[in-house]
Amino acid sequence: MDFQALALTLRLAAVTTLILLAVGIPLAFWISSTRSPLRPWIEAAATLPILLPPTVLGFYLLVLLGPRTVFGRAAAHLLGHPLTFSFAGLVVGSVIYSLPFAVQPLTAGFHAVDAALLDQGRLLGAGRFRLLREILLPLSLRSVVAAAALCFTHTVGEFGVVLMIGGDIPGATRTLSIAIYDQVQDFSYAQANRTSLLLLAFALAALVLLYSRGARDRASHA
Amino acid sequence: MPDVSIRHRLDRFTLDVEFSLANHWTVIFGPSGAGKSTLLRMLAGLTNPDFGRIHLAGRTVCDSAQSFAVAPGRRSVGFVTQQPALFPHLTVRENVAFGILHFSRTARAHRIAEMLRLFGAASLVDRRPAQLSGGERQRVALARALAPGPQLLLLDEPLAALDDSSAHDILSRLLALDLRVVYVSHDLTEIWRLPAHVVLLENGRVKATGPPHQVLAEHRDRLLQLLGI
Repeated sequence: MDFQALALTLRLAAVTTLILLAVGIPLAFWISSTRSPLRPWIEAAATLPILLPPTVLGFYLLVLLGPRTVFGRAAAHLLGHPLTFSFAGLVVGSVIYSLPFAVQPLTAGFHAVDAALLDQGRLLGAGRFRLLREILLPLSLRSVVAAAALCFTHTVGEFGVVLMIGGDIPGATRTLSIAIYDQVQDFSYAQANRTSLLLLAFALAALVLLYSRGARDRASHA
Repeated sequence: MPDVSIRHRLDRFTLDVEFSLANHWTVIFGPSGAGKSTLLRMLAGLTNPDFGRIHLAGRTVCDSAQSFAVAPGRRSVGFVTQQPALFPHLTVRENVAFGILHFSRTARAHRIAEMLRLFGAASLVDRRPAQLSGGERQRVALARALAPGPQLLLLDEPLAALDDSSAHDILSRLLALDLRVVYVSHDLTEIWRLPAHVVLLENGRVKATGPPHQVLAEHRDRLLQLLGI
């Protein structure tokens, strides 16, 4: 087992999940409450990574984060090193790649909250931030947990984007899924099997926990 | 100039009304689908009219000509509907406190107790909405709406789903308050008893205004037909 890759993968998943919740919650709130004509475009852009092949997304991110773009040069200047082939670059790629897994459940959760409750909140003087904090988030806690679990699990298992942006640098960008790839390349099938089983068990456990929590919630509301 | 002058396109007709509010109770009366609830939502600021002007409690809160609309929370109105829409994750105390968080802690506690006592709901303070009956929920919703001290209370058939005893008790408590109320109903017997100025609404138009006995008597046959009686 490549414990260095395991630690890096867990760190990447944790950081990505936190950033995705911080970005996804306000974005989902905006999507669920706006009448702007931009809404379908923003919603489509936030969902696009589900449909794009990871290599396509990885390629464009590699170009965007590289030294040929203003963004890439500015990021390199700020960080002291290029974003590509670094942990920070992996975080940027993971956040974009897993964005739909945060925004979709959060938007669905916010939509499910009775609009009359938000009307009452507004009538009682609550601004948008207070509506979000005191009504929407507590009433869609299950969606927030689901979004966090999906983002974490999806990041743990991602391969294409991570490989394109980060390459395969031990301790810096080699995640578990890349370690499996390396093990297979080296014909170390037993090692690859152990690492794969770990990822499989992890994803399955996360989904079972999520669905059992959903069943408990439905039973308590019945 | 009338307090309310609104033109607003709905699915089946255009809501086109002009009327003034009475000093005590104004009843918006009419059959289902006449535009009563939409009208109330516009007074509350939850929906803005396509065209028109709304003047509440001495100030203009909406004027489409100037693209001006005061936010619902700044109109000094309370709004209670048939479904009380209590926040299910909060206790009764927290529900009533929601609109008065700017009060000091002591003033807030005093106000919550006062409002719940006013509607006979003081014993419910630590319960959650799921633990309340329909009548109890409505009492808490009224206490919550009145806690910030609104200048106008908007009521959209708040008693329609309650048993006669609860409905009568709550209505008596409301009538005893020195408060401007706009009350939407399609219950003929209820309206007949109210000391109110009635606005009869049909297909988005004001058909008549005046005291209940006058409006209801003049349109008796038509109303009975519309209400399917």
